[in-house]
Amino acid sequence: MNILFVDDESELVSALAERLNLRGIKADYATDGETAAEKVRANAYDLAVLDMKMPGLSGLDLKKKLQRLRPGMRFIFMTGHGSEEDFRAGSSEAAGYLVKPVRIEDLLAAINQALAAGQG
Amino acid sequence: MGLLNRLRPEFWNGAAEGGPYRSLFNYRRLWRLSVVLLAAVCLTPLCIMTVIDFGVTKRALTQENLHRTTITTTNTRRTLSYFLDERLAALNFAARSEVYDSLAKPERLASLLKDLKAAFGGFMDLGVIDASGRQIAYVGPYDLLGIDYSSQEWFKSTVDAGHFISDVYLGFRNVPHMVISVRADLPDGGFFVLRAAVDTQRINDILANLDLSGSGDAFLVNHDGVLQTVSRSHGSVFERLSLPVPPHADRSEVYESATAEGGLIIGYAYIERTPLILMVVKRQAELMKPWYAMRLDLVGFLGVSICIILVVILGVATYMVEKIFVADQTRAKTLQQMEHTNRMATIGRLAAGVAHEINNPLAIINEKAGLVKDLVLYGQEMPTPERLSALVDSILASVERAGTITKRLLTFARHQDVHIEPVSLAKAAEEVLSFLTKEAEYRRIQVDVEAATDLPSVESDRGKLQQILLNLVNNAFQAMDDGGHLILRVFTPSPETVAVSVADNGCGIPAADVKRIFEPFFSTKKKKGGTGLGLSITYGLVQELGGTLTVESELGHGATFTVTFPLVKGETGEHSVRG
Repeated sequence: MNILFVDDESELVSALAERLNLRGIKADYATDGETAAEKVRANAYDLAVLDMKMPGLSGLDLKKKLQRLRPGMRFIFMTGHGSEEDFRAGSSEAAGYLVKPVRIEDLLAAINQALAAGQG
Repeated sequence: MGLLNRLRPEFWNGAAEGGPYRSLFNYRRLWRLSVVLLAAVCLTPLCIMTVIDFGVTKRALTQENLHRTTITTTNTRRTLSYFLDERLAALNFAARSEVYDSLAKPERLASLLKDLKAAFGGFMDLGVIDASGRQIAYVGPYDLLGIDYSSQEWFKSTVDAGHFISDVYLGFRNVPHMVISVRADLPDGGFFVLRAAVDTQRINDILANLDLSGSGDAFLVNHDGVLQTVSRSHGSVFERLSLPVPPHADRSEVYESATAEGGLIIGYAYIERTPLILMVVKRQAELMKPWYAMRLDLVGFLGVSICIILVVILGVATYMVEKIFVADQTRAKTLQQMEHTNRMATIGRLAAGVAHEINNPLAIINEKAGLVKDLVLYGQEMPTPERLSALVDSILASVERAGTITKRLLTFARHQDVHIEPVSLAKAAEEVLSFLTKEAEYRRIQVDVEAATDLPSVESDRGKLQQILLNLVNNAFQAMDDGGHLILRVFTPSPETVAVSVADNGCGIPAADVKRIFEPFFSTKKKKGGTGLGLSITYGLVQELGGTLTVESELGHGATFTVTFPLVKGETGEHSVRG
């Protein structure tokens, strides 16, 4: 299991990646679209957790870009806004939709569910 | 006073509610204007018509009186002329049919007088005067035989003209009478004069029996203005008439004359072949009595009409103005509620943005704290104090970040009541923009603030000012696509004013819409859920704060909204900051 976190809040994604690492899950992070794309090109991630709103780039756009690079990848959206539009887009476009702040158990459950659905 | 207060309509004391929107009209002025206009429109024609009718009726009645006086005068003159002509003709006939010698005999003369009295009446005596002027025969109540008339005017006139009618005089007998005389020529070329005295009683009777309305008076005067017959109110016989002698006229004439006792209508006629003038005098006041009665009715009717019209006008004007007032009050209250709703909606919109902003530091806190726990639970070794300290610092920084955001929101939401204090426009603008920095960041909107450092503060309400600016900036954000450019300038257009302008490079406003954008319910975003109230409320708020809101726009090149506030005179920081 290899996971990538993308969010402009570096403190958030670095902590999340580290927490997953501590649990024995391989996880990495990026704070902007460019870095995320580079990392996706270089590594075979199973799943990416994307922030829906990042400066100059929406999570949906980034998802499309990453999906082109690695079509088998699964996605989970994470948002601080929780607006109706975000929810609709997140639920239809991705395997999961989470509102910040997220309990680590919920995140792991969502990741597992998304990956299980992908395999099945 | 109690009744007056109860009658006084609600609008009289102006609006009590409705806040800044209450004074759309000056209702007292509106009411006064309606009453005056309605009254002028209704009463002026009525009064003019009444005055015209008044004049026309008066003129008609006066004309009628003049006409009737003319007719009376003409008829009476004819009667009097006929009376005198008849006697003159009778005397002429007697003088021509009788032989001079027989007339000189007293018996024959007496028999002639008897016949004349019987046939015509009015003859008092009869005398025959020879060419030398001596009365050679006489029958009558006086002893006038032998009197010499040769020097008398009437004798000379009779000799010259062939006949003569005198005016009324007393003569030797001391009884008012008049003399009619004719000249009869003799076959030998000589002549004699037949003379008769006529009693004026008959003339008095004729005049007294005239049916004269309005205290009318009919009498005869001679050319010198001496009364010849009895008059009711202009003196007795042989007194001088108080009225001027009318000028000579061939026909009956009538004229109006004003005297101390009131207007008179005077008809007169010169009686042919006599020195007499018939005068018919009527009092206008008496004649106009029916008109005076009608005038009273007319004035009464006019008065009652005016009263009724005024009552109706007052009622209608009060009712209409009251209706407008009530509608206006409702509108003002609605707008006030709308303003409140707009404020709440603004706060709601801000809250959504703020929730997002707070969720980020909360998420960081969550993950950092979780990481500390994870390091303890799953870590191979205990984390170093430096690592723990760094994580806790990060948590504290995030808490502070969240706190800043909530405090900012609170400063906006807290200002519900109007609280006038010196406010720095530049600071207010920055506060408002701070709500939107994240959105600007996400949408790559460049926000520039241009504010001079030494700008004066305005005496204003911070909450309302923030709402104005937030509405304008929000509007600008909505008008722009991602990657737009917003310039917020704070400047002083003149020494007495300070202004904030919000300029965007968004879609702009069509020229046709520019005039309407401040109208309530005008929206170009209706399909996107716009209420069309944002700008009208903003406009109302600016007005409430004593400022002006203007807009310049070019379609496709953005719009610039400028709010200008006057600087309070003598503002030197005397006002303490209370908020």
